[in-house]
Amino acid sequence: MAPGLLKIYMRSNIRWHIPIFLAPAVIVYTVVMIFPLFNTLRLALYSRIDQERVYVGLQNFQTLFGEGVWSEQFWNALANNLWFFIIHMLVQNPIGIALAAILSHPRLRFAAFYRSAIFIPTILSFVIVGFAWKLILSPIWGVAPSILDAVGLKSWFAPWLGKESYALTTLALISVWQFVGIPMMLIYAALLSIPEEVLEAAEIDGITGFSSFWRIKLPLILPSIGIISILTFVGNFNAFDLIYAAQGALAGPNYSTDILGTYLYRTFFGFQLQLGDPHMGAAIASAMFAIILIGVCIYLFGIQTRLRRYQY
Amino acid sequence: MANTAVARTGTLNTLLMHGALILYTMIALFPVFVIVINSFKKRKSIFREPLALPDADSFSLIGYQTVMKQGDFFLYFQNSMIVTVASLFFILLFGAMAAYALSEYRFTGNKWLGLYMALGIMIPIRIGTVAILDLMVSTGLVNTLTALILVYIAQGLPLAVFILSEFMHQVSDDLKNAARIDGLSEYRIFYSIVLPLVRPAMATVAVFNMIPIWNDLWFPLILAPAEETKTLTLGSQVFIGQFVTNWNAVLSALSLAILPVLILYMIFSRQLIRGLTSGAVK
Repeated sequence: MAPGLLKIYMRSNIRWHIPIFLAPAVIVYTVVMIFPLFNTLRLALYSRIDQERVYVGLQNFQTLFGEGVWSEQFWNALANNLWFFIIHMLVQNPIGIALAAILSHPRLRFAAFYRSAIFIPTILSFVIVGFAWKLILSPIWGVAPSILDAVGLKSWFAPWLGKESYALTTLALISVWQFVGIPMMLIYAALLSIPEEVLEAAEIDGITGFSSFWRIKLPLILPSIGIISILTFVGNFNAFDLIYAAQGALAGPNYSTDILGTYLYRTFFGFQLQLGDPHMGAAIASAMFAIILIGVCIYLFGIQTRLRRYQY
Repeated sequence: MANTAVARTGTLNTLLMHGALILYTMIALFPVFVIVINSFKKRKSIFREPLALPDADSFSLIGYQTVMKQGDFFLYFQNSMIVTVASLFFILLFGAMAAYALSEYRFTGNKWLGLYMALGIMIPIRIGTVAILDLMVSTGLVNTLTALILVYIAQGLPLAVFILSEFMHQVSDDLKNAARIDGLSEYRIFYSIVLPLVRPAMATVAVFNMIPIWNDLWFPLILAPAEETKTLTLGSQVFIGQFVTNWNAVLSALSLAILPVLILYMIFSRQLIRGLTSGAVK
């Protein structure tokens, strides 16, 4: 074959439409997401000394994990974040599963109405949710005390968001209130996809009602429960907005509601008299990245592979 | 006998189920309800009877007047609209194009590219904020809506590509091959045959992305906090922060912020719920 012909043959063989279809998505995703992600990890290895960027190795992490105020605040934020996550797992997901179980009952009327109504808090912004609950729980306004009074529990009332010992749990419960719709919908979908024959076969064996839920449906929806758990984990460990809207960047009272997201924001941008420090901010972001990565890996390799998926 | 017993436990169960659902629906809607009714009341009645509906005596629009006078809510609303609509448009366009290439053609690295795009489903883009701000500063995009739109496109693409390529796998090969024989270009096949067929999946992707973009506080706060580029979410946050003690204004601002999302939800709730329950995210 003559070289010229070969060239023409090669040229006509490059399928230009493939790179053209791929380019916009790959470029935007790489430039705006992947590159900054790794650049953040890299920036965590530098520090600003006398207006100059200096490579300091892992020193920022040493400071973050083990030095004075930095590490105190970091471990505080991490512990708070863990508690935030535990509350979601213990309250949000069981309530979501219970609601889904009721909604998926075959002869239930108004199911669509309940479903849409319960999902409404999920679509509201954190700003709305944070302020609305702040007002409702405010001792000045008195909505919460008067409701507790109506059910005879007035003595239970305390300014929950203002007390160090209650504030974090209260905020976690507010977040649960907001997001219960997501596990509810996903579990509801999983329950609907269980074929009738399976349930009928169980019914013939005398398994109905509650025991049908515990012994037949629950094992079948375990993979979906795994998915909502990892979604909750990732969401909680990069949460920020609700705490910022309700308690401000200082995550008061006395940092008792500080989580990794608010700590990152404060460090990165500074607050009051402290100047922002992008390199320490990058170190915190890297720690968050590691935590989320560990969580996702535990889920992918430890949990998901063990859960048996049933093909109907 | 046995039958009536069964029927009785049946009705009892139904009652219990409705009881539980009504109770939870009330918990879900109560805060929204309290905020909205009190936004239409005079300051005195807000405190005296927070749970009463506004009547002729307590009705007042003073809060809304303050909000309209003080805050630039129309501008904020417009900014939110521009950011959300533009981001969704490009997520869908770029996402569909990439999903088509990945699901339709065999080429070296296809599988790896798919995995690469899927990375972003689990890793939140916020982790890269420090460097994203750097990038926006060095390109002069800070305090522009473009910065927000770019970030939201990058954030939305991974899931969009994943969901859309699942659906594009299902488009029949015969159809595409027939079009090829008729001499249609690959671009025409994508635009006139494949896109219309995956329209339901595109709607799902749009609805999934719409709410988080509209409600985001983090990136507007960091990338575009200037007065001209504030989104509605950031704008109401700042406004409420300034007016903490003016309860009428705060309640009205909250109600105004709830309204657009609620309208969007009413329009798209069927689509959203169908998307969530169709297993698109499984």
